[in-house]
Amino acid sequence: MTVALELRQTIARAKRRDVAFVALGIAALLFAACTFVALFLDMVSDGAARLNGDFFTQFASRRAERAGILAAWVGSFAVMIVTALFAVPLGVSAGIYLEEYAPRNRMTALIEININNLAGVPSIVYGLLALGLFVHTFGLGASVLTAGLTLALLILPVVIVATREAIRSVPGAIREAAYALGATRWQMVQHHVLPYSMPGILTGVIIGLSRAIGETAPIVTIGAVSFIAFLPPPPISTEFPFLNADWLASPFTAMPIQIFSWTSRPEEAFQANASAAALVLVVMTLLMNAIAIWLRYRLRRNLNW
Amino acid sequence: MNDEPKKPDLATLAKKAEARELNFFYGAKQALNKITLPIYDKRVTALIGPSGCGKSTFLRCFNRMHDLYPGTRYEGEIRLQPDDVNLLSREVDPIEVRMRLAMVFQKPNPFPKSIFENVAYGLRIRGEKRRTVLMDRVEQALKDAALWNEVKDRLDELATTLSGGQQQRLCIARALACDPELLLFDEPTSALDPIATASIEELIHELREKVTILIVTHNMQQAARVSDFTAYMYLGDLVEFGWTDDVFFRPQKKQTEDYITGRFG
Ligand SMILES: Nc1ncnc2c1ncn2[C@@H]1O[C@H](COP(=O)(O)OP(=O)(O)O)[C@@H](O)[C@H]1O
Ligand SMILES: [Mg+2]
Repeated sequence: MTVALELRQTIARAKRRDVAFVALGIAALLFAACTFVALFLDMVSDGAARLNGDFFTQFASRRAERAGILAAWVGSFAVMIVTALFAVPLGVSAGIYLEEYAPRNRMTALIEININNLAGVPSIVYGLLALGLFVHTFGLGASVLTAGLTLALLILPVVIVATREAIRSVPGAIREAAYALGATRWQMVQHHVLPYSMPGILTGVIIGLSRAIGETAPIVTIGAVSFIAFLPPPPISTEFPFLNADWLASPFTAMPIQIFSWTSRPEEAFQANASAAALVLVVMTLLMNAIAIWLRYRLRRNLNW
Repeated sequence: MNDEPKKPDLATLAKKAEARELNFFYGAKQALNKITLPIYDKRVTALIGPSGCGKSTFLRCFNRMHDLYPGTRYEGEIRLQPDDVNLLSREVDPIEVRMRLAMVFQKPNPFPKSIFENVAYGLRIRGEKRRTVLMDRVEQALKDAALWNEVKDRLDELATTLSGGQQQRLCIARALACDPELLLFDEPTSALDPIATASIEELIHELREKVTILIVTHNMQQAARVSDFTAYMYLGDLVEFGWTDDVFFRPQKKQTEDYITGRFG
């Protein structure tokens, strides 16, 4: 009897600690979640009134009530396209090479350590690098191309790491099955590793892009303008060859720069504009993350090995 | 088990392959010691022995799977007939070897693709693009693997939706689709339930009319049921090789007898 009683007390004590830890965990979680919700609600209350159709189709203006984010969102969008066009092929190829081809030696280890360190380099450093290399040495100016290349460099480590992790999750048994049938290494990669790791790679790319879209420091450093009243020329033209690369050389502004420039204005009305634009940026980021989660879920359904 | 009253003289049997003084190393660790073993044509040869004795290592020498991992080294020869090529020679491309031999693994490992694409994959990487040819060969392979009736209406479904036993038969079909000269099985039923195991064993028994088979098993009853020849390995050595019923009922070595009667291992 007493043994059973003691046992119960011990269990009760252990369970109390269990409960205490869960409570602590929930508190930490709530703190983080509440902070975000409070910030978000603050932005909504300040900026919601400005969120109408005109806000998206107007250029910036000296008059707060006429100012919109047209140049900013188009600029951000164009820059993101360039970023993805460079970061995805480079990052995915580098990830494939490191996982599937690179010999396991000191050189590879050194490269790996460097890539992991690059992910931690402050973004302003990328801005300085881009200012020296793209703007001055290559003479690309403060253009969409320069910004896209800079942000591509910035998210390259994210894409490489995500690619490697996705590739590593393809079971060895599947690789051996392909090799045993006579596949070459590239056939194995092309027919198996790449398709099966696509959900993970795409998730990594979108996470990287959602980081890039909010980056301010590097594009300020390369000299993006904060007030601009025209759009980059459209990428498609009516004349042969129907594609037009002039938009790459165009000056631009981007969402974070627009927000920053409005918050530095003294007038109350511009603060509301900044809140509204920030809200748009946050929603864009959340949407990208939601797409990443959805893609991962959709594409992984087929991969239950 | 082979119940012919009179077994043919070994010297009259054609060999499909033969390992000669085969040593194998994982880095500095020697896993196979001077193994010499004939694989007779259109017969089933079973490899038995306690876990870790080198059965898988030996099997994976045949299709040069070890080439995929750094630090591995072969010594000696595996001769494949009729062209008497040494599969382990540096001049022989492992891809070519793997195109001639096929392997079925311990755990079913279908690709997360459709049933059809799984079976067609070997043909596709051999350059076959004609849809009708692919269709015919896939159907034939699935029939040979006793899976056709179960999957003929769902060839476009994911292979991973099949049961474990069906997946393993799919892997056998995938291996058969390219007409392998030698079929390597590495404990093909160890991840399956008894009913699925029985159907795979029956299949192996039927397949030996068409193809030479080398099968690793840790299940001695299975070796006795499906094989013509049995090789007993221990710690990287080949201890005994002979007709399956000889090895099981009249073992020459005390060590083999102890293992078979369950006194160790
Ligand atoms: N990749 C490897 N690296 C080093 N040693 C290995 C490796 N694979 C197997 N071995 C060793 O080689 C021996 C034979 O292993 P294995 O062929 O898998 O045995 P079996 O298939 O008979 O159970 C074991 O001692 C095992 O530890
Ligand atoms: Mg084994």
